[in-house]
Amino acid sequence: MNDLLDPLLLSRWQFGLTTIYHFLFVPLTIGMALTVAIFQTAWVRTGQAKYLQLTKFFGKIFLINFAMGVVTGIVQEFQFGMNWSDYSRFVGDVFGAPLALEGLLAFFLEATFIGLWIFGWDRLPKKLHLATIWVTALASILSAYFIIAANSFMQNPVGYRINEAKGRAELTDIWALLTNKVALAAFPHTIFACFMVSAALIVCAATWHLSRNQHLETMRPALRFGLWMMVVAGTLTVLSGDQLGLAMVSTQPMKMAAAEALYNTSTGANASFSVFTLGTPDGVSELFSIRIPYLLSFLSTHTFDGTVEGINDLQAQYTQLYGPGDYTPTIWVTYWAFRYMIAFGVLAILISVGGLWFTRKGRMPTKRWIWRVAIWSMPLPLAAMIMGWVFTEMGRQPWIVFSLLKTSDAVSPNTTGLEVLISLVAFTLIYGTLAVVEFRLIKKAVQKGPDDAPVPDAESGEIRHEATVY
Amino acid sequence: MDLPTLWFGLLAFFFIGYFVLDGFDFGVGMSLPFLGRDSRGPNDVDRRVLINTIGPIWDLNETWVIVAGAAMFAAFPEWYATLFSGFYLVFLAILLALILRGVSFEYRHQRPELVWKRRFDRMIVVGSAVPAFLWGLVFANVVRGVPLDAGFNFTGSVVDLFSPYAVLGGLTTLLLFFTHGVVFVSLKTTGPIRERARLLAGRAGLVTIVVAAGFLVWTTVSFGSVLSGILSAVAAVTLVGAWLANQRKAEGWAFTLMAATIAVAVASLFLSLFPDVMPATNDPAHSLTIANSSSSGYTLTLMSWVALVFVPLILAYQAFTYWVFRRRVSRSTITGEAPDVAADASAPGPVSA
Repeated sequence: MNDLLDPLLLSRWQFGLTTIYHFLFVPLTIGMALTVAIFQTAWVRTGQAKYLQLTKFFGKIFLINFAMGVVTGIVQEFQFGMNWSDYSRFVGDVFGAPLALEGLLAFFLEATFIGLWIFGWDRLPKKLHLATIWVTALASILSAYFIIAANSFMQNPVGYRINEAKGRAELTDIWALLTNKVALAAFPHTIFACFMVSAALIVCAATWHLSRNQHLETMRPALRFGLWMMVVAGTLTVLSGDQLGLAMVSTQPMKMAAAEALYNTSTGANASFSVFTLGTPDGVSELFSIRIPYLLSFLSTHTFDGTVEGINDLQAQYTQLYGPGDYTPTIWVTYWAFRYMIAFGVLAILISVGGLWFTRKGRMPTKRWIWRVAIWSMPLPLAAMIMGWVFTEMGRQPWIVFSLLKTSDAVSPNTTGLEVLISLVAFTLIYGTLAVVEFRLIKKAVQKGPDDAPVPDAESGEIRHEATVY
Repeated sequence: MDLPTLWFGLLAFFFIGYFVLDGFDFGVGMSLPFLGRDSRGPNDVDRRVLINTIGPIWDLNETWVIVAGAAMFAAFPEWYATLFSGFYLVFLAILLALILRGVSFEYRHQRPELVWKRRFDRMIVVGSAVPAFLWGLVFANVVRGVPLDAGFNFTGSVVDLFSPYAVLGGLTTLLLFFTHGVVFVSLKTTGPIRERARLLAGRAGLVTIVVAAGFLVWTTVSFGSVLSGILSAVAAVTLVGAWLANQRKAEGWAFTLMAATIAVAVASLFLSLFPDVMPATNDPAHSLTIANSSSSGYTLTLMSWVALVFVPLILAYQAFTYWVFRRRVSRSTITGEAPDVAADASAPGPVSA
C-alpha cells in the first residue's frame, strides 16, 4: 500500500505518461505544419488545384491534432512546479530561462500565426496567408529547439555554477546552454524524427485512397512526397542519431553502457553490438545472443579499436565521485528501448525505400499486401520516437540532472501520494478517452479524402475560400 | 528599481495579459447556455457564432498563461515551486478544465450529431467556468498568504484554500470574466444575439459590481497599501463605467473599460502583495519575498533584454491578428447565406432585434 502511494514513483509515472502522450502530438504538429507549408507554396507558385486540395486536406488533419498539442503542453510546464518543486527550486534559474525564451520567441508566434492561418483564408492576401503557415512551421521548430536545449541541460549540465549559499544552480552562460553539444545533436535527431512521423501519416493516408483507386490525381503526388520525406528525414535521423550517440558516450557513458547492457569494459572486436539477446530473467547474464563485432566500438567512438566503458567500471567510478549509491539505470528498459527505437525507425525507412521502388515512373503496386504494409507501417516512427524518449530519460536515471541532482531528491516534498494518485488517474482517464476520440477524428478526416478542386469565381477568376470555422 | 522588482512587475504584466485576454474567452465559453440556449436547430448557429468570435484568438490568448508560468519559473523559481506544488489539486483542476475546453472548440464541429455537440458544449462551459473561478481563488490565497515551512513548502491542505475570502476572490474573477466575455460577444456579433448579450451584460454587470466591490474592499482593508487601495478604487470606477457604457450601447467602450477593470484589479492584487510574493501566515520569517525567491542577476538581465526586444514585437503581431479579425461574426458568416440587412456585418449603432 505504501508503495502504491509513493509520491516519487507516482510522479515519475505521471511525468513519463504525460510526456509520451504530449509527444504524440508534437511531432505531428511540427511535421504537418511544414508539410502544409510546402503544399501551399506549391499551390501559390504553380496555381495547380491539386496542391490546394492537398493543403486543405492535410491542414484539416493538422488542426485536429493542434489543440491537443497546446493543452497537453501546459500540463508539462505546470508539472515541474506541481510534482517536482525541489527540482524547480534547484534548477529554475537555469532551466526556466529556455522555457521563458521558448514562450516569448517561439510559442507566441506559433499560437498567433496558426490562428491567422486557420481563419485567414479569405481575410489575408494570398502570399501573406502563405507566410503565416511558414511562420507557424518555423516557430514550432524553434520552440522544439528551446525545449531540447532545456532537456539537454538535464543530460549534460553546462553554462552554470552552483551557488552553495542558496543551494541551487545558477545560469552563467546562456550561449553555452543553447550550444550544449547534446542539444546540437539531439535537436536535429528529434526534428527529423518528427518529420518521419508526419511522412508516415501522409503515406498512410495516400495509400488508403490509392489502394481503393480513388483521388489518384492528388494522392499519388502525396504518396511520392511522403515516401521521399520519410527516406530523406529518416537518413538524417540516423546520421544525427549517430552524432547524438557520440555526444552521449562522452557525456553520459553509463547511458551507452546501459543501452548495450555492457557490464564489462570492452575494446575493439569485443565491443560488439548485440542485435538480440536472451538473458536470464534477472537480466544479469545472457543465455543467447546475436552479435556484430566492432560495431559498438564504432558507434561509441567512430573507431574499430575503441574502448567502451562497462557498467561495473562506471558504477565503481561514480561511487567514488558521488558517494555510495546505485548509479545504474534499469538495464532491460534501456536495452530494449534502444533496440526498438532503431528497429522501428529503420524498418519505416526501408518500407519507404520499397515504396519508392514500387511507385517508380508512374507505376503502382498491384499486390494487396504491399498496400497493407504501407498502411500499417504508420505507427512505426511514432513508436520509434516513444522508445527514443524512454531510452534517453530512463538512461539518465538515477539522475534528474546528470551528476547534480537525483530524481529522488527532486520530487515535491509536500505533495502526498494520494494527490499524485488522483492526478495520475485523472490524466490517464482523460488522455485515454481523448486519444480514442482524436484517433477516430483523424481517421475520419483521412478517409473522407480531399474535397473537390475549388471552382474559381466566374466574375473575378479568383478562388473564393471558405474560412475554416468552428 | 532593481531587477527582481522589475520582474515582479513584468510577471504582473503577463498575468494581466492572460486575465484580460483569456478572461473574455472564459466568459464567451460560459455564455453558451445563456446566449445560445440550446444546441438544436437555429440556436446551434448562435452557439457557433459565439465560439467563432474567439475562434482565431483563443489559442494565442491561452498562450499568455504558458508565458506567465514560464516567466515565473525563470524569474522566481521558489515562488513557482511553492505555489504549484502547494496548490496541487487546484492546478490539477485548472489543467483538466483547460484540456477539455481546448479540445472541445476543435472537436465540437467535427460531427453533426446533437449528442456530440451537447457533450462538447458542456465541456466548454465547465472548462471555462472552473479556471475562471480557480484563478481568482489562487490569487486571493497568494495575497492572503498560506502556512509555509522553513523550506517554503506549503503545509496546509487543499481545504484551507477555500476560505471565505478566497472563495469571494474566485467568484469575483468568475463574474468579471463572465461579464467581460458577454460584453465581448455584444462587440463582436450582429443581430439578436448582440442585443441579448447586451441585456445579459447589464444584468450580470450589477452582480459583478457588488461582488467585485466586496472583494476589493476586503483586500484593501486586510492586505492592501495606499497605492493598491487607489488602484482598487480605480477598478471600481472603470467597472461601473463599463456597466454604464453597456447600458448606452457603447460596446467598444464597455469592452475597453472591462479590460481596464481586470487589468487594474490584478495590478492592485500584485501591489497588495508587494514586496512579498507569498506571505507565510504562520511565521513571517517563512514568507517568500521578491528578494528571497528571485533568480540570479545574470538570468534576470538576460530575460530583461529578451523581454525588452520581444514583448513589443509580440504585442504588435497580436494586435495585427485582432485587427485582421476585427469584423463582427453574424449568422450569415456561419451559414454562408446572404446577410440579413438589419444585421449587416459592419452596421454600427443599435440593432433592432
